[in-house]
Amino acid sequence: MSDKNGFFDLSKTTLSRRTALKGLAAGAGLAVAPGFVRYSQAQSSAPVKIGFQSHRTGIGAAYGRWYEKTSAAAVKAINDAGGINGRQVELVIEDDGTDPARGAEVVGKFATQHKTDIVFGTLFSHVVIGSAPAAGENKIPYFVVSEGHHVASTKLNRYVFQPGITDVKSQIQSMAPWIAANAGKKVTQIFPDFAFGYDHRDYLPPALKAQGADVIAQIAIPPTESSFTKYFPQIPAETEVIYHVMVGPAVLTFVKELGEFYGSSRPQLFGFMDSLEATDINSPGLEFLDGSHFWEGSPRYAQADDSPAQKAYRAAVGIDDNGAAVGDAKDVSTASHMFGCWETLYVVKKAMEDAGYKGPEDRAKLVEATEALKEFAEGPEHPQGPKTFNGKIHQCFGIQNISKVEGGKLKVVHKTKIEDGLYEAEGDYTTQAL
Amino acid sequence: MHFGPHLLLAALEGLVTSAVLALTALGLSLVFGVMRVVNVAHGEFFMLGAVLAWALSTAISGHPALGFVAALVIAPLIVGAVALVAERMVLRRLNYNPEATIVATIGMLYIIQQLALTFYGPEARPVEPPFSYRILLPWFGYSGYKLSVVAASALLLVATWLVLTRTKVGLLMRATQYDSETAQAFGIPVDRVYGGVFALGAMLAAIAAVLIVPISQAHYLMGQDPLLLSFIVVIIGGLGSLRGTLVAAVLIGLSDGIISMFFSPTLAKIIATLVVAMVLVFRPQGLFGTASR
Repeated sequence: MSDKNGFFDLSKTTLSRRTALKGLAAGAGLAVAPGFVRYSQAQSSAPVKIGFQSHRTGIGAAYGRWYEKTSAAAVKAINDAGGINGRQVELVIEDDGTDPARGAEVVGKFATQHKTDIVFGTLFSHVVIGSAPAAGENKIPYFVVSEGHHVASTKLNRYVFQPGITDVKSQIQSMAPWIAANAGKKVTQIFPDFAFGYDHRDYLPPALKAQGADVIAQIAIPPTESSFTKYFPQIPAETEVIYHVMVGPAVLTFVKELGEFYGSSRPQLFGFMDSLEATDINSPGLEFLDGSHFWEGSPRYAQADDSPAQKAYRAAVGIDDNGAAVGDAKDVSTASHMFGCWETLYVVKKAMEDAGYKGPEDRAKLVEATEALKEFAEGPEHPQGPKTFNGKIHQCFGIQNISKVEGGKLKVVHKTKIEDGLYEAEGDYTTQAL
Repeated sequence: MHFGPHLLLAALEGLVTSAVLALTALGLSLVFGVMRVVNVAHGEFFMLGAVLAWALSTAISGHPALGFVAALVIAPLIVGAVALVAERMVLRRLNYNPEATIVATIGMLYIIQQLALTFYGPEARPVEPPFSYRILLPWFGYSGYKLSVVAASALLLVATWLVLTRTKVGLLMRATQYDSETAQAFGIPVDRVYGGVFALGAMLAAIAAVLIVPISQAHYLMGQDPLLLSFIVVIIGGLGSLRGTLVAAVLIGLSDGIISMFFSPTLAKIIATLVVAMVLVFRPQGLFGTASR
């Protein structure tokens, strides 16, 4: 064999060190830089990334865990049915410690580091309020499942939406007539001393006034408080109804100590399920709740008239007829709130499909498509019930349940109508620039 | 509610706080007094006690008192063992250097807390009280269990005092506290005393937690408040002084109960912290402490 053309003669090669480096650099550049291959890939089959701002630690941790379970179930259902615009959905989870400052950092991290398409899933109102500016600055749509009135108040910004759960103002307005007619006219309110509690503090008195009832005392309790007896002497003796809404790990202590304080001669009790989310109502010391009433977003216990959609939803999330995790009766869910994660993810799917959403460059289109939504019919995508959506205030409206504690279970005794909770819009997000 | 009953309720609530606080703070004070170690992880031993109490009382069926008594005996022993291991593996290797041990115990705080979150979970879980007698006063009802906590805590405090002043173990501890080098020269196994004291401190916190857990549930973040209050108590009472700790615990507990009932809980915390600042300025060794030599 001979090497006539000198292919293998290294002395003749023109490949200098410099050209070798150039070649390497160009190759690396092609692989790393805005490669066309990867870009077109993202449009066709790369997953839709949803940044999930989760309360994994801190006072919201029990909610966070169930929000994650519900969202995972919804994402699985969406992916099994073909995903969004033919793309699979992927949840990217970051813990916000139920802390507003960390919440804002997490939103920034989703926008710049994970480059998720949207941010989703926050519950605690102070975290939502703390994180919303970061979502606006990064121009990333922020879908919260928070229940507070802050989104609908139009005091946040155009990128914040709450399409999967109703807000406190609407809930109070639709239940006030029932409270005044069935529980009593002189109401003492006990609420947590932060944003979510203030919604109750501000909207209950006018709503009751309209029904001829009065709030005679308001007692604010710090959200990290662990002992409550010391607050009870502030409850006026003439109180007919105690309206309680508490959050955080000490909720069970709160209800127990209320029971010790009053015994059987208690005023009527009307509570928000928040006071007992993730807590077994048959826990020792809670017997005195028997016969009292609760607001429930979505019923914890399976009801006789549950729709097939509700049954399918419960099975998909993995909760039994008592609202506890299948296989672990002690692991009680946050059923009143977590359905909002399921429904919100389906709203995101609908809006992304309407917008022909392809990637982060279409975020503004996604905002407009969400604002254009009007109604969500009851069904597998919205198992809690039918809803309407007001695109101007980024808030949905739906039905509420009032349940009675009977024989260690919660039985729905009254369902409100969507119209009961409608109110005059306080502003209009759509006038803000995108 | 009238002033009399109102004050009575405030005092009762304050007494319960004092009782639990005294036990927790005593543990912290002992560890500091004997070992000169500021144990930032003390609150987590408290939490661990409560979590174990939940685990034990759910594992044992039958009358709730059975599970509770088991928890009262076993939970502190387990917590003591954990503390002993931590002391041998971490603090001892740092030669009990004051700065290094603060950082090390901060690390222990996070490790214990996150392990609890991982294996126990984020929920607040209830423990059934051994008995649920409700004392019916003319103005309000009060939990009989809460009063028994005060009595139990008083008994335990007396027992600890007897151990410290009347037994050989107590003598060794006091000798080590007084001057560890001389104690070592006299053949006292200072190293073992340190291990024992650290475990004992953690056990006192665990006992306090088992007592409180039927009142307020077990939760992985529950160690923060007791830690802060214990530091307040120990600083006011004087580090290492048993008597000072007791007096300060009653003082802080009662004032917390009364001020928070008549004014606001935030004001109670403000005043407690202000008292700490004043004590640090005017009497740095605490009300009953002796100036360091």
